[in-house]
Amino acid sequence: MNKRPQNLNSENRSLTGRLVLMAVAMFGFGFLLVPLYDVFCAITGFGGRTNATAAVVEEAPDLSREIRIEFVTTVNSYAPFEFAADVDSMTVNPGKMYFATFTAKNLTEADRVAQAVPSVAPVSAAEHFTKIECFCFTSQEFFANEQRAMPLQFIVDPDLPEYVDTITLQYTFFDTARAAANNPL
Amino acid sequence: MSGMTTRHGPAKGIGRWLFSTNHKDIGTMYLVFSLVMFFVGGAMAMVIRSELAIPGLQFVHPEFYNSMTTMHALIMIFGGVMPAFVGLANWMIPLMIGAPDMALPRMNNWSFWILPVAFGILLSTLLMPGGAPAGGWTMYPPLVLQTGDAFPYLIFSIHLMGISSIMGAINVIVTIINMRAPDMTLLKMPMFVWTWLITAYLLIAVMPVLAGAVTMLLTDQFFGTSFFLAAGGGDPVMFQHIFWFFGHPEVYIMILPAFGVVSEIIPTFSRKKLFGHDSMVYAAASIAFLSFIVWAHHMFTVGMPLSGQLFFMFATMLIAVPTGVKVFNWVATMWRGAMTFETPMLFSLAFVFLFTIGGFSGLMLAAAPADIQYHDTYFVVAHFHYVLVPGSIFAIMAAVYYWLPKWTGHMYNETLGKTHFWASTIFVNLTFFPMHFLGLAGMPRRIPDYSTQFTDFNTVASIGAIGFGLSQLIFVLVIVTAWKGSKATDRVWEGSHGLEWTVPSPAPYHTFETPPKARIANEAFE
Repeated sequence: MNKRPQNLNSENRSLTGRLVLMAVAMFGFGFLLVPLYDVFCAITGFGGRTNATAAVVEEAPDLSREIRIEFVTTVNSYAPFEFAADVDSMTVNPGKMYFATFTAKNLTEADRVAQAVPSVAPVSAAEHFTKIECFCFTSQEFFANEQRAMPLQFIVDPDLPEYVDTITLQYTFFDTARAAANNPL
Repeated sequence: MSGMTTRHGPAKGIGRWLFSTNHKDIGTMYLVFSLVMFFVGGAMAMVIRSELAIPGLQFVHPEFYNSMTTMHALIMIFGGVMPAFVGLANWMIPLMIGAPDMALPRMNNWSFWILPVAFGILLSTLLMPGGAPAGGWTMYPPLVLQTGDAFPYLIFSIHLMGISSIMGAINVIVTIINMRAPDMTLLKMPMFVWTWLITAYLLIAVMPVLAGAVTMLLTDQFFGTSFFLAAGGGDPVMFQHIFWFFGHPEVYIMILPAFGVVSEIIPTFSRKKLFGHDSMVYAAASIAFLSFIVWAHHMFTVGMPLSGQLFFMFATMLIAVPTGVKVFNWVATMWRGAMTFETPMLFSLAFVFLFTIGGFSGLMLAAAPADIQYHDTYFVVAHFHYVLVPGSIFAIMAAVYYWLPKWTGHMYNETLGKTHFWASTIFVNLTFFPMHFLGLAGMPRRIPDYSTQFTDFNTVASIGAIGFGLSQLIFVLVIVTAWKGSKATDRVWEGSHGLEWTVPSPAPYHTFETPPKARIANEAFE
């Protein structure tokens, strides 16, 4: 009873090995949180995420209900662009397809690539706001000083919760070249 | 301790410290390192409070001010509090469980010597173009990506601190699991050992996640990834989730060993056994578990669905239950005890009282609707300083006073100790209590200037801070004069229990080379 186990060293080594493995696994878990977060946001619409690729939806208009859609546009501080929705808001029926256009202008003398990142508020509306076609699905290339209108085609799901009467769709416009080069102004 | 014929003392000269594998030497180095960092981080706090003493910009550039808040936090957390607890663990855990040393002595040497390198790198950023990191210790992107040349050094130093902590934690677990004295079952372990075992598991679980998060920052900045860059499909809010998945357990990493220390000291000076030892263990384990599912209460304002806010709010408030168990158990331990008020007991009592104040402001912050008002104000600063300064740091000081006679073999100067205690306690409240009012009135954190209506409370806080800073010089005086006091007995304190008090004072370089006899061990627990 008064002796330490003879195999203490090997016991220490095996426990150490397991603990190191646990630390390595947790390092991996940190990275695993990235896809988990994406999946979680995609399923629940947390963070106001909407579908990132084109969706196919049947039209089933519900003319008894009117929803106000508000467009908010922001230009990231490092992006030399003008960017705005052509109308500030529109009133829509759920289940019916609508078009909106946004106009952006490259303010520099060089060709640039931009990316719009959407967010929908309230978050409970995010999964019910479906984009059929959107300029935000791909990055947008602009020649020097080019100005151009960009299309958005969307449909509001009739399952939209009763209490939602206004949906805000917000876009932030980023200069991807600058993001890639990581060269803040 | 008989039966060993070959014994050797410490090596001579600097080599003793550079190559030491002795848990007592390494513990001492950790504690001295932490004291140095406490003063470095404290000097930065002095810069902050001097700047805030009156409205307007007087001493430092705002950018430098932001560096000071960022560096103060990083240094105090990773350089002050955490190494101090690892130092205490190194010194005391083998003595408390009757082990001859830590299980992995050479790794122990590594985990200490990485730290001065890590903090050398971190402090060197003060001299770099673009200045030291200034985006807050939480390193939120995209702001942190605007750090100048210091950025990769910040990330690398965090990596090193993480590696050091993980190695320290592995060592603690292996020591506790494999090297306890015969007959010492897990539930017979002293509370300090228990809380450290749980803390060590927390460290292994979350420090790698922090390492992952900062690695993602690094690759976003230099290797073209877009983990947190919205333009490339990433999400900066995700960083906050990953960071606080680390960050919330981290706050319990800094408080659980403090709970352990206080659970050792209060029974000694109440001359009673710790009330509800097993419930204390379960409470600490519950706190550790809950710490993993409450992280988003740090980010109620980022925009979260109602269900999420409710979950994180209630889960957070649930932590008050096991914490309450602990506080009531300490009070019950003192109940009808023959109490005396030596310096370690004074610090422990102040810990119980002032930590509870910090706990209550934590409950206020946990209420999601109220938090939207309190978020990023001085109320938050008041809250976390109450749990960290009169919480963790008072517990560390209590531990140093409690075990110093065992380390040095001499009693410290009790009058100086009590002076240090009263000065610290008065000034710590003078510093941080007014911050509650400032925060509720709307003063934001991390701003070098403020509206004039906040002047009075800020001036009071600055006077308190300077007073608190100067009071710590008394602490240094106590430590450097500790070798002049009267000879300490083995038991040191009349009411002390546990194996560490069965070895001579000062503790010999090698102890428990043969495990303590079960009878001695059992008596030590009674």
